[in-house]
Amino acid sequence: MSADEEIRARLSGLPAPTFDPIATTVAPPLAEARVAIVTTAGLRPAGEVNLWRPGDFSFTVLPAEGRDFQLSHFSPNFDRAGITADLNVVLPSDRLAELAAAGTIGSVATNHLSFMGAQTDETFSTLRLDTGPAAAKLLRDDGVDVVLLTPV
Amino acid sequence: MGVLAHVLEAAGLATVGISLIRGQAETVRAPRMLHCQFPLGRPLGRPDDPDFQHDVLRRAFALLPRTDVPVLEDHPMVIDDETDAPLACSLPPRFDPALPAALDEVAGLRAAYDRQLARSGRTLVGRTAGADGIAGLVEKFLRLADGAPLDEVGLSGSEAIAAAQDVRAFYEEAALALADHTPAARQAESWFYTATETGRTLKAARDRLEADGGERNVWYYLTPASQ
Repeated sequence: MSADEEIRARLSGLPAPTFDPIATTVAPPLAEARVAIVTTAGLRPAGEVNLWRPGDFSFTVLPAEGRDFQLSHFSPNFDRAGITADLNVVLPSDRLAELAAAGTIGSVATNHLSFMGAQTDETFSTLRLDTGPAAAKLLRDDGVDVVLLTPV
Repeated sequence: MGVLAHVLEAAGLATVGISLIRGQAETVRAPRMLHCQFPLGRPLGRPDDPDFQHDVLRRAFALLPRTDVPVLEDHPMVIDDETDAPLACSLPPRFDPALPAALDEVAGLRAAYDRQLARSGRTLVGRTAGADGIAGLVEKFLRLADGAPLDEVGLSGSEAIAAAQDVRAFYEEAALALADHTPAARQAESWFYTATETGRTLKAARDRLEADGGERNVWYYLTPASQ
């Protein structure tokens, strides 16, 4: 069993909050949509060096034009060399810019956001009631319609 | 990440997420997910492959019109990690026999690290120290491996984890320059922990902290569980 397979086996089926009914928002046509990336990779602007800790559901703002981001995820249990070689493998900023230039998407958000995943708090109450809605407001105030979520 | 999708969607944002652990996606039941059986840490699949990354994005965005939630589709490709096949990359010969081997190794790899930094313009080193401070961090891990407690070497638990990540990043970035290609997932990790003096030192420090009854949430996160 590979390293990733072992982690998948360990983490699959962990308890999670139930959302019933599942809220849905209808996206505008992609060519008109303003798109942001929200990653749970634990990225911070370079220079903000503090490591994320489990239980910290805060988020950071990543300027869409920026590329110099620090990986601040506490877990060592995922490949990091790919992110070192090409940030797009987790934060596809260049790909979104290309899609906007081609007219495939309407525009790219001013900022992307990062949280840290691999959280063990089964209630996720801070995320659900505090930082998640705050992140949504920040994106909506920027006119964002569509969010692409990426994990590590 | 799936919980976040629910929250954002309820706040009026249409979401689509990439899943790397299908069992989690099935449990969380986020509105729209594209499961990609790709290495953890590489949700877009392949570094330095814009065409492949665009294919992933095209498949993800194609789910946006769906309202028959939860939607969980699979990307047809499978990419596995290659933990068992460490990167083949030569280490510099010993330069200063008076130094501990790990510290001599750090000095020997500095030029490769600098080449990678010049090529990419970015580095993941810098949580607790820059490249100039890596040798100092390795010295601390050598002392931990010899049984010194964390407070004696001047590290809190969080700082030790961050320092271990800085040391690993320094080596993995040097390895990218030495190998001159982007390795498959976890190959650089396996090279670091199995082929280098410093990687072995980190494992020894982890093992010593565990044996001495140290806090699990510190020693466990000093190295990947696969190592």
